[in-house]
Amino acid sequence: MNEPNGIPVIRVKNMMKKFGDFVANDNLNFEVYKGEIFGFLGANGAGKTTAMKVLCGLSVPTSGEITVAGYDAYTQTEEIKRSIGYMSQKFSLYEDLTVEENFQFYAGIYKVPAKEIKPRLEESLNKVGLFEHRKKLIGSLPLGWKQKLAFSVATFHQPEIVFLDEPTSGVDPVARRNFWEQIFETSDRGITVFVTTHYMDEAEYCNRVSIMDQGKIVALDTPSKLKELYQVDNIFDLFLKIVR
Amino acid sequence: MYGEVRALDNVSFEISEGELFGFIGPDGAGKSSLFRILTSLLLATSGKATLCGFDTEKDFKNIRNITGYMPGRFSLYSDLSVEENLEFFATVFGTSIKENYDLIHDVYCQIEPFKTRLAGKLSGGMKQKLALSCALIHKPRVLILDEPTTGVDAVSRKEFWELLKGLKSKGITIIVSTPYMDEAQLCDRVALIQHGKILAIDKPSEITKSYERQLFGISSENIHKLLVDLRVYPGVLHAYAFGQTIHYTGKDTTENLDNLWSYLKECGHARLEINPIEPGIEDVFIDLMQNEKLSVEQ
Repeated sequence: MNEPNGIPVIRVKNMMKKFGDFVANDNLNFEVYKGEIFGFLGANGAGKTTAMKVLCGLSVPTSGEITVAGYDAYTQTEEIKRSIGYMSQKFSLYEDLTVEENFQFYAGIYKVPAKEIKPRLEESLNKVGLFEHRKKLIGSLPLGWKQKLAFSVATFHQPEIVFLDEPTSGVDPVARRNFWEQIFETSDRGITVFVTTHYMDEAEYCNRVSIMDQGKIVALDTPSKLKELYQVDNIFDLFLKIVR
Repeated sequence: MYGEVRALDNVSFEISEGELFGFIGPDGAGKSSLFRILTSLLLATSGKATLCGFDTEKDFKNIRNITGYMPGRFSLYSDLSVEENLEFFATVFGTSIKENYDLIHDVYCQIEPFKTRLAGKLSGGMKQKLALSCALIHKPRVLILDEPTTGVDAVSRKEFWELLKGLKSKGITIIVSTPYMDEAQLCDRVALIQHGKILAIDKPSEITKSYERQLFGISSENIHKLLVDLRVYPGVLHAYAFGQTIHYTGKDTTENLDNLWSYLKECGHARLEINPIEPGIEDVFIDLMQNEKLSVEQ
């Protein structure tokens, strides 16, 4: 795991997001660094999804200073969207398109230069060992493969940051671990990984984790420092200790 | 079978009355198909299943009276309120909320303050509690819960299992599925399931005892490099990350730790630790997957 070198790619200062009287994000303050694997944990309904939508340029914050990849979260949401990748368990790829077609579709959306598509596609597919399956429909592939491919697609346009929303939910234990190796490699290439998960062992693979509860960030540090601070053996116990 | 796909492949098991039984396996293992067959919602291609003596095919009316089923996907009426949904399910089964209130109390009291809210407007955790209340309102003998904790945070998962323990103490047989391997420990017995096959079925403690090799927990300052180095070590059988520790098993049962230690030192690992550890359910699952060559990665 590489150590983050301290160049912030996400800056969040005093971020508030309200829906009417309801405060979904209550004065969030944090930075995420280049190449870092940043775990974004919290209880259901703590406000993680709301914050992620702001960081992905899909929702405008109520107040605060927020930049993502150097772009302003109020006025430059289109630039933000072009600089990031996104993947979730629920929405990944088009089942009735082939592997190759899915890549070409996303490459088109993100305006990857036409002559670069073919060599990059070959490289991406070789890296996950699925080049020979490029003509197969996504719908016909096992879940673990789809997961890997969805991640490759999300990073195909070489974004500065990739957001992963519960990427490993429901996959088998071996595929889940292989997926994390893909995350490590991506972070080694300098792409920042912003990830949510309900698997507490996965939180320990992150360079730093934040834990949200009722709209606030209640803890943020490296997993080992947090364990030391709260005197617990693992992140699961930490979570139980500080959430509710 | 769905066309050529064997969703369930020669599955046989028995569950005793009053047991809390778990089917543990990833998406696509066949858990939901199995539960649909047990609840009479789907017909098996071949084979036979009975619940409390009733045949899931011939006696489907009885089956539906004695089972409470919570499907994986939220399937209550979004445009009815919390209370209306519960009322509806009670009426369909010829009972009332009042009659069985004591059974649902522990679950329902948490959402009762929101009883006039439309079900579609509830948070994920509240939807789950309403669905459980609706599955319980007719006092079923068998409760069948399909992945009730998927996508649920660690704290809420813990609370949910506490609720299940309470229901078990009331004599209800509970059959539950989950992709979270750590939840196996909370069941009386479990079946590990993958690709339609049951890989193991027993008490969680017996399943972990069945792990034949010595397992070691290895850690160092750089966990990712440690994993890469262990993967190419000649004596390695499996090496997988579990948080900040690598779980390692060697090919040879009389693994020479000195060799492993000096190899890792040569690789430059600082703060190296190697300790024998007890396997968990996930270790056994990974091992069985490798044996059966069932992983999609193989």
